[in-house]
Formats: sequence, structure tokens, C-alpha cells
Amino acid sequence: MAELTRPFPPGRYPLVIVGSGPGGLQLSYCLRRLGVDHAVLSADEAPGGMFRRFPLFQRLITWSKPFSPVPPERRPYDWYDWNSLVADDRLHRALVPDFMDGTSIFPSRAEMERAIVAFAERNRLAVRYGCRWTATRRTEDGFLLETTDGEYRCRVAVFAVGAAEPWKPEIPGIESVPHYAEARPAREYAGRRVFIIGKRNSAFELADAMHPWARQIIMASPRPAVFSLYNRSPAASVRARYVIPYEDHLFGGGTFALDASIDRIERHADGWRVFATGTTAPGAFTFEADAVIAATGFTTPLGDLRDLGLKTFNHDRLPSLTPFWESATVPGIYFGGTATMGAVGLRKYGLGSLSGGVAGFRHNMRVLAAHLARTHFGVAIPRPELTPSEVIPFLLGEASGAPELWNQRAYLARVVTFQEDGRALDEGVLPLQHFLDAGGPEAVAMTVETDDRGEHRPAVYVRHRGRVHEVVLPGEPLLTFDTAAHRRRLSEALRPLLPPGAA
Amino acid sequence: MEQRAEIVDTLAGLTLFADLTRPQLEAVAHTFEEEWFTEGQRILRQGIAGSAFYVILEGEVAIRIDGQTRSTLGRGDYFGEISVLLGGVPIADVVATRPVRCLVLPGPELEGFLLTYPRVIFRMLQAQARRLQRTTQWQS
Repeated sequence: MAELTRPFPPGRYPLVIVGSGPGGLQLSYCLRRLGVDHAVLSADEAPGGMFRRFPLFQRLITWSKPFSPVPPERRPYDWYDWNSLVADDRLHRALVPDFMDGTSIFPSRAEMERAIVAFAERNRLAVRYGCRWTATRRTEDGFLLETTDGEYRCRVAVFAVGAAEPWKPEIPGIESVPHYAEARPAREYAGRRVFIIGKRNSAFELADAMHPWARQIIMASPRPAVFSLYNRSPAASVRARYVIPYEDHLFGGGTFALDASIDRIERHADGWRVFATGTTAPGAFTFEADAVIAATGFTTPLGDLRDLGLKTFNHDRLPSLTPFWESATVPGIYFGGTATMGAVGLRKYGLGSLSGGVAGFRHNMRVLAAHLARTHFGVAIPRPELTPSEVIPFLLGEASGAPELWNQRAYLARVVTFQEDGRALDEGVLPLQHFLDAGGPEAVAMTVETDDRGEHRPAVYVRHRGRVHEVVLPGEPLLTFDTAAHRRRLSEALRPLLPPGAA
Repeated sequence: MEQRAEIVDTLAGLTLFADLTRPQLEAVAHTFEEEWFTEGQRILRQGIAGSAFYVILEGEVAIRIDGQTRSTLGRGDYFGEISVLLGGVPIADVVATRPVRCLVLPGPELEGFLLTYPRVIFRMLQAQARRLQRTTQWQS
């Protein structure tokens, strides 16, 4: 690439984004719409992030439905298309279904990658590719990022570097075990006994792909497998797409899913020996295998950020973040994309956010862009005024169709504030945790929640005289939340905030 | 990954898990999520439903009702189980007074967890009995 045509030469920028996966591109798109000048740097040679390589067996676990109850040009359609980046211009919205071949509602890796490239190209998102971030230092007015191309100074840095760095637990002998990312094509396991360490999605993806080839598949990890069919959560549970190896386990067909802690792994001239101890049922086991694969997950490549005081959790794999995805311990350092999982949220009824996938973090990035623009760059974000009679239909419409509230249940909320002069202002979509804990004027936050019986319901949080009250509205079989019963219940909840007659 | 081994070691030292074998402690370490809270952050919210069960690995929290601190908890203590077991909302805020590292189990998973490890139920009952005894002595 000719140096003259590469954007963002080393120098000073108000804000630097590191990463050209869906998180970095989505944030760059949203910041540009808000007029915030920034640079985007990427070690890769092209857009796409982890989708340039993963999922290994080429099929995503998140849907994009070409046909849905809502036309693709309308905002509620995004709930039916979890993979497309979000855009304001209808020509650039819902791109992933355009690249799908119609054989599945789950796009292939290549289809997903092509859609991300198209998003970057059609929106002319500038990225300095082939520029690797190597080190970070504090300066008087922000940060200095060292890269393979030179130094970048900025007030605010956003790291959207994914969570695709292979991670293995410390088990004696695991050093020589290939990680999921190094697994061979499935046919190379023909007639072999395969031992997979792990029972989460990546383990089941391997088992599913090897099912037609392997002689025996054993998956083992300390805790029982958790299925989305059981805990009703698309986050951190094995998806229904991979349930067949588990059914095989239940039927005794040669695939096993065992609850055991791996004590050590030994390699021999003709294979592997795995020593393990039962967890939910006692017992000591020795397994013979022709191949062992560590499907033990991934971590965020945090570089030297810990040296600046960055606090991490989840076994040192995620940065600990505020509700607006800023490091809890290093102000000015923000995270984008998958790492936004570091802002855990309320996890109501055990349901985690979808921030680990495009479906969730694309919305986080739009909220983050508005937050950065407002708090660091003095951009006034429009707050449309609602008449008192518009408030209830507006909030119920959001509960029924806002993709942010459905993708990020009990995590993102639509907020309306009530000013002392009687005006009601739409504050946009904000993190629910921020609304609950930050205080502020009379206000209401609308979100969607799924309770412990699996029922989806709108929930409103009413802030009145500094205290927040939770009011859960009724469910509805077809998930339409704009019924007379909903209007009545919401009207009662908002009575302290709305003028007489409007509630 | 020393972190995982470290969590297992920490769990082994907590009364609540004192009767579990090391493989069982490994399963517990994998079943719970680890979370970290900065000073001043709310962990449990008074009146807000759908919360979880927390075990403190490090740090200190305050139990606050209507803004008034009623007591504090530290390493090895746990909270959130009452609202989960009774199916209600927490009657207090729990706020980190120092940075807090916790293990968290979603409310809907607590029953299954306790039934898998009955010795943990026994330890929990002992703790509740002590609390009841203290309350009774204080009132008499």
C-alpha cells in the first residue's frame, strides 16, 4: 500500500480507536455521524476482525433472517438480524442478509466477513491497516500509543481488539495440546478418538463438526454443560445448533460429555493419556485419545494496559468497566466490541448481556459514541421533546420493537426525563445500570426483561424524588406490548411524573 | 490461569465450602462467575428484582437500608441468598466500601447448585442459625 494513500499517519488525534473488527468499525461509523474527529488503527490488512478467521467451522450461531415480520428498512428489523452493523442510512442497513445464500438463517463466516467489508467500503470508513499497537503510555493530557508505524497521541483511546486470543487453563501437560484455533479440518480426525477439553460453544462446535468423522468424542470440563434451551439465555450457554453431540451422549452413541476436572495430560508416541477426576459425581478417570484439543476459550489482548493500572476480572480475561465501557481504574481508556462484556450490567434473573457478540455490542458502540461525543468533545446530542400524551405510546413502542432493548435485555434502556418546566425529553438509549445508580432528575427508563420462567416482559424504572421504583408490565403471548392493559399499567406507574390527564 | 487455581484455594478456605473436595471446588469455580466492583459501586439494589447470590472473595461491602448502613460483610461472607430463596426483592442495597471481588451465581441457578452440594446447604443453615441466635439474644 502506498504510504501516501494510507490514512491517519502518526501524530495527535482527539481520539484513537484500535481495531477494525465490527466493534471498531461500528464505533467509527457512529463517531463520524456525530462529527467527532478520530483515527482508526488496525494490525490487520483488511476489515472483519475475528470473522476473517472464526468460527473455525464456518457457521455463526446468531441469526440474520431475510424475511421477518418487519421490513428491513425499519429499525425494529435489527432484532431479526443480529449480525449486521447498524446504520442510519437505509442503503447501509441490514447488509448481512444480502450476502447470504438462503441455506440457513445463520450466516457463514465468509458471508459475515463480506458484509463487514461492504459496510466499511460503502460508508468509506478510513482505517490505517497494517499498523500494530505495541505499547501505551500516559501523557499529561491523555495517552501515547506506540505502534509499528510510529507514535499516536490522544485524549481518549478506545480498544476494540476483540477477544480472539487463544486462552488455556494451567493444567500440567496442556502446553503441547492444540487450542481450538489450531484444530485441523474435521476429515483429518477420521477414525480417531478425540478428547476435547471444554463443554461450551467452541467445544460443541468441534464435536458437531467431527461427529461424522471421529471414532469417539469425549468432552470434559468441571461444570455441567449449560444449554440455551435450559437457561433461555443466548449468552454464555451452548446454543441449540450444537445440541446433536449432546443427544448422542444421552443416547450412548459414542460421544461423551463428562463433568470432570482435568488433572494432567501426557503425550505418548502413539497418542495421549488424560487423567481426570469427577466433579458432580466422584471418580478417577484415565482416558486414551488419539487427539486432544483445548476448547478452553479466548481472552482479550490487553497488551501493556495492566501496567497503567487496568483492573481485570474473569480470570484476567476482561477489563473491569463502568456502565459506559470505560476502564473502572484508568479513566480515558475505553473498550469497544467484545470487550464491552467487561461492563457486566445487572444480569437480572441470570440473563447476561449480548455484549460478547455483534448483536449486543453494535448497540453499545452507538451509545458509547454519543457518550464520548457529549462528555469529552462537547457535542450536544439532540434530545427530542415529547408531548405528555406521546410519552406512553413512545415507551411502549420501544418495548415492542426497539432492537437495543431486545438484544440487550435489562442492559440498555430507553430513557425519558421530565424537566422542571414540564417538558419531557427523549434522552436516547442508555445503560440501565447507569440510570439506576447515577441519580438525576425525574425520569423513566424502559427496558425488556426475561424473568426466571422465561417470560419476556417490559419493565420500567421510575425515578421520582431521587428514588427508583421498578414496575414490571404484563407479558403478552405475541410480544406486542401496546395493549390497553399495558397503557393502563404504565399510566399508573408514570402518574407521579406526568401532568394530570396525560397519564 | 493461576487465577483459577487461586480461586479454588480461596474457596477451600471459606467455611461455606469447607466440606467440598478439590474437584468439587473446581466445579464451583467454573460454575460461578467472577465479578469485580469498585469502591462505592452498588452490587445489590434494594427493591430491584432478579438478583443473584454473591460470595465475597476479597474486600468489604455495606448493607444499607434506605441509605442507612446496618452492617458490613467481608471475605468469606455471602449475600443475596435470602431474596433468591424467598423469591422476593432485596430489602437492602449492598454497596462496595472497598474494591470487592466476588463469585456470583445467578438466582435461578441457586436451587440446583444447593441440591448438587447438600453440604453447602448445611453450612448455610449453620450460618443462618447463628444469625437467628444472635438476633434472639439481642432481643431477650
